[in-house]
Amino acid sequence: MTKAHDIGLRMVRNAAGEPGFEVMVGGGLGRTPMIGVTVREFLPEADLLPYVEAVLSVYNTLGRRDNKYKARIKITVHETGAAEITRMIEARFAELRPLFGGADQKLLAEIREAFAPPAFRNAPVDAYDAFYKADPTFRAWADTNLTVHRNAQYAIVTISLKAHGETPGDATSAQMRLIADLAEKYGHSDLRISHEQNVILPHVHKSDLPTLHAALLQAGLGTANVGLLSDIIACPGMDYCALATARSIPVAQELATHFEALKLEHEIGPLKIKISGCINACGHHHVGHIGILGLDRAGVENYQITLGGDGTETAVIGDKTGPGFAYTEIVPAIERILRAYLGLRLEPSETFLQAFRRVGMEPFKTALYESDSAQDAA
Amino acid sequence: MTVIVTDAGFSPATQREIVALADLTDQTAVDLANTDDPHELVGRLDQLTLIRVAFPAFNDGRAFTIARRLRELGYTGQLLALGPVIADQYAMLRRVGFDGAEIPDEIAARQPADQWQFRAADWKQHHYQARLRA
Repeated sequence: MTKAHDIGLRMVRNAAGEPGFEVMVGGGLGRTPMIGVTVREFLPEADLLPYVEAVLSVYNTLGRRDNKYKARIKITVHETGAAEITRMIEARFAELRPLFGGADQKLLAEIREAFAPPAFRNAPVDAYDAFYKADPTFRAWADTNLTVHRNAQYAIVTISLKAHGETPGDATSAQMRLIADLAEKYGHSDLRISHEQNVILPHVHKSDLPTLHAALLQAGLGTANVGLLSDIIACPGMDYCALATARSIPVAQELATHFEALKLEHEIGPLKIKISGCINACGHHHVGHIGILGLDRAGVENYQITLGGDGTETAVIGDKTGPGFAYTEIVPAIERILRAYLGLRLEPSETFLQAFRRVGMEPFKTALYESDSAQDAA
Repeated sequence: MTVIVTDAGFSPATQREIVALADLTDQTAVDLANTDDPHELVGRLDQLTLIRVAFPAFNDGRAFTIARRLRELGYTGQLLALGPVIADQYAMLRRVGFDGAEIPDEIAARQPADQWQFRAADWKQHHYQARLRA
């Protein structure tokens, strides 16, 4: 998502191995989705504050004041041009840099101490390996919900708040207490909330994973679907939000239960579906592999689909497929897209996004809009 | 009628000769629009004893950057925000280099001197940007 922010900072190392940032400006979603442009390939870490101040200083000087919808860095960058805005930022940075005498670096060092890594434990992981082989439920969860940790004895655990049919991202008070207790007991007291509406335990020793998983399962938190179809980002939509023009949560719930019933989720593989209930795009639908935008067409909910969006370092805004779909038609429409994908992928390891990039929009459009025969074939 | 607000409180604005940037020759006081480039005053900053920078509305923040740049360029004379800024902004005005503000009577009536004094008392506290720049 870094490229879809007003100012995006991506941590990189230069040729000499020193840490720094690639600086991108002018990204954003909402009613005018844009991918940020890179104004600096490598900014040394110590230059961060004066550089960001330079960006804001230039924006404050140039930014639009006549229309609040256009009072955004993305509009300024677009209207000024990448080359000119880069020149102005660098010129302002040259003025501001000498004003920083090092106090910021001292404070950074203090902050860094507060984020020291936990005292990792050195213990065998045989129990994990044995359990992984013996228990298929655990294995399925480990395959989707664990991420590699820099310490090979440890794993990064994502607790899915996307149980099929439940409200995406919701947890009960009892579940929250349990997660807090588990983080304390097995996770060095560290717990994060991800932008994908899940909970992350960043440091869990592998030997603790079977016990942790059993506790999660019992509380309805053991869903093995991270990164898959039902791991949907949905905004609150019309059920809760005064700005919304359509419902989001029931669409997410129906997609999850529909594909669960068809047993297709694992077959489809890595897929990001994101749903927003109005053009403000809180569900980040523009950067979903499949994006769904709920609109109000003369008092009736209508859902527009975008395909091929990507929120990673290869960020792209998704393309609109064409006319939208009614509330009752949106789940079957998504099924037609995914049936088309399953039919045209070269091999199971070719993801939806890779296949879309290879074949483009046409086959999906055909599957979506062409006659009933396309649906029957599905 | 307008009122000048400084750390000392309210005082009436006196009649002075203040010219726009385009008309500046050998005068000592100039008004800048918030679209003027402060670099145009380079070489003439020493002759000036007063610069006012326009705030057409309190939520148009361009003059903040202009004030900061004027101080960076070495201007040491009086620097006033001119227009309907509000008391809540006083500390921020001081931090970027303004000495105070020249506000319309209706703002002064709505926000009496004590509201500005409240902000003036501690504008150097919580000035995290200066702390980081040190």
